[in-house]
Amino acid sequence: MAQEVLPVKAPKTSKPLRRRHRTGDSWMPILTLAPSIGLLAIFVYGFIGWSGYVSFTNWNSFIPTLTWAGFRNYVTVLTSFRFQSDLRNIFFFTILFILGVLVVGLILALLIDQKIRAESLFRSIFIFPMAISFVVTGVIWSWLLNPTTGVNLILKSLGIPGPQWFLSTRFVPTIHLGQLSIGIPIALLAVVLAAVWQMSGFSMAVYLGGLRAIPEELKEAARMDGASAWRTFWSVIFPNLKGTTATIVVVEAAASLKVFGLIYAMTGAGQDFTTDMPNLNMFQTTFSGDAFAQGAAIAMLLLLLMAAFTVPYVLSVLRGER
Amino acid sequence: MRLKRKVAMALTSVVAIGALSACGSTPSKTPAASGPKKLQIFSWWTGVASSKALNSLIGVFNKKYPGIKVINEAVAGGAGSNAKAVLASRMEANNPPGTFQVHAGGGTLLSWINAGYMAPLNSLYKQQGWYQDFPKSLLKMLTVKGNIYAVPVDMQRSNVLWYNPAIFKKYNLTPPTTFSQFFADAKVLKAHNITPLAVANHGNWETTLLYSDVLLGTLGPTQYENLLTGKAGTSWTSPGVVQATKTFLKMMQYANTDYSALHWQQADQMVAQGKAAMNVMGDWAQGYFTTALNLKPGTGFGWAATPGSQGTFAMVSDVFGLPAKLSNKTATKDFLKVLGSKAGQDTFNPLKGTFSPRLDANTSLYDAYSRSAMASFKKDQLVLVIGQGAANPGFTQAFENDMVTLLSSKNATAFTTAVESAAQSNPL
Repeated sequence: MAQEVLPVKAPKTSKPLRRRHRTGDSWMPILTLAPSIGLLAIFVYGFIGWSGYVSFTNWNSFIPTLTWAGFRNYVTVLTSFRFQSDLRNIFFFTILFILGVLVVGLILALLIDQKIRAESLFRSIFIFPMAISFVVTGVIWSWLLNPTTGVNLILKSLGIPGPQWFLSTRFVPTIHLGQLSIGIPIALLAVVLAAVWQMSGFSMAVYLGGLRAIPEELKEAARMDGASAWRTFWSVIFPNLKGTTATIVVVEAAASLKVFGLIYAMTGAGQDFTTDMPNLNMFQTTFSGDAFAQGAAIAMLLLLLMAAFTVPYVLSVLRGER
Repeated sequence: MRLKRKVAMALTSVVAIGALSACGSTPSKTPAASGPKKLQIFSWWTGVASSKALNSLIGVFNKKYPGIKVINEAVAGGAGSNAKAVLASRMEANNPPGTFQVHAGGGTLLSWINAGYMAPLNSLYKQQGWYQDFPKSLLKMLTVKGNIYAVPVDMQRSNVLWYNPAIFKKYNLTPPTTFSQFFADAKVLKAHNITPLAVANHGNWETTLLYSDVLLGTLGPTQYENLLTGKAGTSWTSPGVVQATKTFLKMMQYANTDYSALHWQQADQMVAQGKAAMNVMGDWAQGYFTTALNLKPGTGFGWAATPGSQGTFAMVSDVFGLPAKLSNKTATKDFLKVLGSKAGQDTFNPLKGTFSPRLDANTSLYDAYSRSAMASFKKDQLVLVIGQGAANPGFTQAFENDMVTLLSSKNATAFTTAVESAAQSNPL
């Protein structure tokens, strides 16, 4: 791509005959890409730059005060109890969510790969939750897991005391760091459950593709060598799914860091901010609190977090291409 | 091959031109000198009752001004928080709607006024005689430095204690007028396995409303107002506020534990079904009791001022103003004339379940609850509530965040210290 950017001015210069064919070929991609590059430049990178700029200003009311504030907004955000809780929550949410999606997706894919009857029916059933919006998922699961209604009523009729689900304020383990409790918020597990339910269909589909791509001969060879099914899986199949797993991890990590609709509809910020997320905080800070600069600061911090996941992946893909 | 390339080129240029022209046309204001005049009305009235009420008001307007086409730009969701996000971006882009809904008081309205986005309406008020038609204490909440900036269309009350009359009768209780009576009642109710106080907090503003009412009942209206308007010498760490916070925390001990999962309607449903005895909510709950649950005022549900707040009317009023950066202001002024008129308000309010703040409002159009609220409105001292127009958005957001922490830490002094620092960084 980098080589093609150079001869931009080529068509208008001399040496018409000899290079016509080449130039004709090289300005076409540029022209075709120009609109999307232009739109990306304005609506993605331009706005990222603008948000970055706003995050260093004093624009924390309806009056757009664009005077320089330095890192003050970042200090305010980073020292707030709410944002610190958000960081803890997003950390545990991402890990648990990705683990859940990988494990559930892989199990479903392995089950479907057993040459069962009505395979496409089951595939559709497992993928179907993905077609539902996160808001719908959030509302359904908030009803299901409300401790006074929902599944707890079934548990109660069986004589089992139901858990507090997303209303729990417990942490496992409970490590106090100043005002903040570090540990997995139990309330977050309910949200993870809903998110995994929705998104494991995706990882199942990707894993299924990965499984089908493994040559039959490999499995056959393992079987011929007398490997058990378990051994075949761990030594032959699983290593061949490494790339698939990496793809799922990156895609789901991005989805997880951006989670908003699910939280907004299901739990809100939660008791003691146990289910709050940076995105929800950003939305409320910006549009309920009218603190545009602080909201922008949260957005930039979120961008850095996101980059930490995606940049290594993009780099490794680029290296692979070369 | 060549044909394919030509087609591709043609498509590309179409896309490119489209993108360019799209970029060019968004910020420019189209004057639209010819054709029918248009008026955009921006609100978060998308619910059944409120959209019906708004449409009937637009009907009254269209009869009077048939030349103006009204465009209803209601944005659903989040008690106006989504609408506010859209509005903020339009105001910043110098593309304001014709007029927009906002709560009266020192909240968002004051922020818009201070930012210079609103035009004063003094001459319109004089011309329409509105200075005499509305209570002075209400107009004061729309006035900054002698200029009045908005027209109120409805009135709601937010210091109401809703209760289940059957439960109160069964256990021989009277609706509490003081906090000690509240706790005495609560003890009896708890002993009979009835949740004394139904609380909801899914939206994270409901407990703030309850807290405001407790604060009002503890400090009294004058001190309460001084505190919320940031008068010199007031402080959120004062003993009165700490005491109110402790009372609030004690009340929460008598509440259902799943409050953060409930929406306000669910809390009121608990009261209606007899699972809980009381709930503190704005009188939009009344519409829920009568319309959704088919209950009769007085027998199906009862109401009283929240403890300690008799003689005070904590108001929530939707008002509309005139955006300063609007190029053509006549259509908006014409609409505001209808919005503030007796005919407009008498059409709008009975449908919405609110009442008209005009002193000459027709009381016969309303039910028993609204008539009693109208009577209090005319004689009571008016105050505002946090989260419903009392304080600037920055303070309110910080307050609601501190409230989340208070509900789990139950630490009253840490809370008041945090709120005081929020008041200092977002001056009231």
